[in-house]
Amino acid sequence: MKSLALFKKDLNSELRTRYAINALAMFIIVTLSIILFSIGNERISQSLTGGLFWVVIFFTSMSGLSRVFVSEEERGTSLTLQLIAAPSTVFSGKLLFNLILVFAMNTIIAILYSALFEAFVLRNFALFLVSFILGNIGLAFASTIIAAIISKAGAKGTLYPVLSFPILLPLILTSVQLTLFAMNGTSFETAKFELAIVVCYDVIILTVSYMLFDFIWKE
Amino acid sequence: MSEYSLVAESVNKTFGRRLIFRDINFKLNSSTIFGISGPNGSGKSTLVKIIANIISPSSGKLVHSINGTEIKPEKLHNYIGLVSPYLVLYDEFTAYENLNYFSEIRGISFDKEKVDELLNKFLLFNRKDDLVKTYSSGMKQRLKFIFALMHSPQLIILDEPTSNLDDEGKEVVYQLVKEEGSRNVVIVASNEKTDLNLCTNKIDLNDYKV
Repeated sequence: MKSLALFKKDLNSELRTRYAINALAMFIIVTLSIILFSIGNERISQSLTGGLFWVVIFFTSMSGLSRVFVSEEERGTSLTLQLIAAPSTVFSGKLLFNLILVFAMNTIIAILYSALFEAFVLRNFALFLVSFILGNIGLAFASTIIAAIISKAGAKGTLYPVLSFPILLPLILTSVQLTLFAMNGTSFETAKFELAIVVCYDVIILTVSYMLFDFIWKE
Repeated sequence: MSEYSLVAESVNKTFGRRLIFRDINFKLNSSTIFGISGPNGSGKSTLVKIIANIISPSSGKLVHSINGTEIKPEKLHNYIGLVSPYLVLYDEFTAYENLNYFSEIRGISFDKEKVDELLNKFLLFNRKDDLVKTYSSGMKQRLKFIFALMHSPQLIILDEPTSNLDDEGKEVVYQLVKEEGSRNVVIVASNEKTDLNLCTNKIDLNDYKV
């Protein structure tokens, strides 16, 4: 309930300040436009299409998901949060906000991507949906804890993608593979190893995040 | 009435190799007004943050208890009210929205009667629906007092409590220190002599540098 209240506060704050939404929307438009312009009339392969889909998702995430903690730190309201909520409440509230943001952002990317790229044809939509959901959960979990870490650092903008890259690499690579499977029409049975990797990734990141957050949050 | 107790045991703080203070010991119980004095940079705010469990001491510990039972660190925020210059409220919300969100996040019901009473006391009732970003620095300071008191804390920490306040605001604060100090633990950290006049016992951080 307390986390939900923090989520509500963050949502209303976001709707008034447009701290993350504007950055994310602009990044989606700019990235997709650049890819479209660079491709021109060329017909790109399926594997490249699947890879580019996750490239767009990764860089868009890097432009907006850190805001959840960075905005509190930059405005000096972190202390206020420390005085009204336990660390686990703060992390759960922020995680919920990033989860909703990631799902909204990536759903828009997926819809635009399907409309703009002819080669992005999903033959096993159910597999894509499962891998998309699991991938988004992992992305939200990892980006939230990385945002908490970098919010205390000096060069926040640079540090976020740099620190995120090695942590998100296993997730992104596996998600690219699963997207390719979905485009090829591969069955769940064949993709079960990759699905298991993403599930394990999500569980590990969530557990480690809750264990570490107390130390990160308290200076 | 619940009995609050705060015990500091050999609290030291260093930043890198720089000593801030060493070997601070005190025991405070309810109905105490405790003063922390010292010039700028002496570590008053650092000690306040350690007491409020925002930062950790380099060594030593602080034990917060209520009716003889030690309070768990994750529950401590429910017993503490802090006013300080480095406390920032949300500019994009009105005073009322800020206070409402704080209640919800704390998991307590929004006590409209108490909040209205505090808003009246600190002369902000007529501006309660205005965005905080339109407030003057003195009004923001008054709002911080409402933030600190709205959940009826047993430990009230006031760091530079009268900064940015006019004479009328200062009088309200001194009255509040007297009232709260008669039943709770009030800690005042300041280098203003008038702020520390009401304190029943004091420490000067200059005495904890060696």
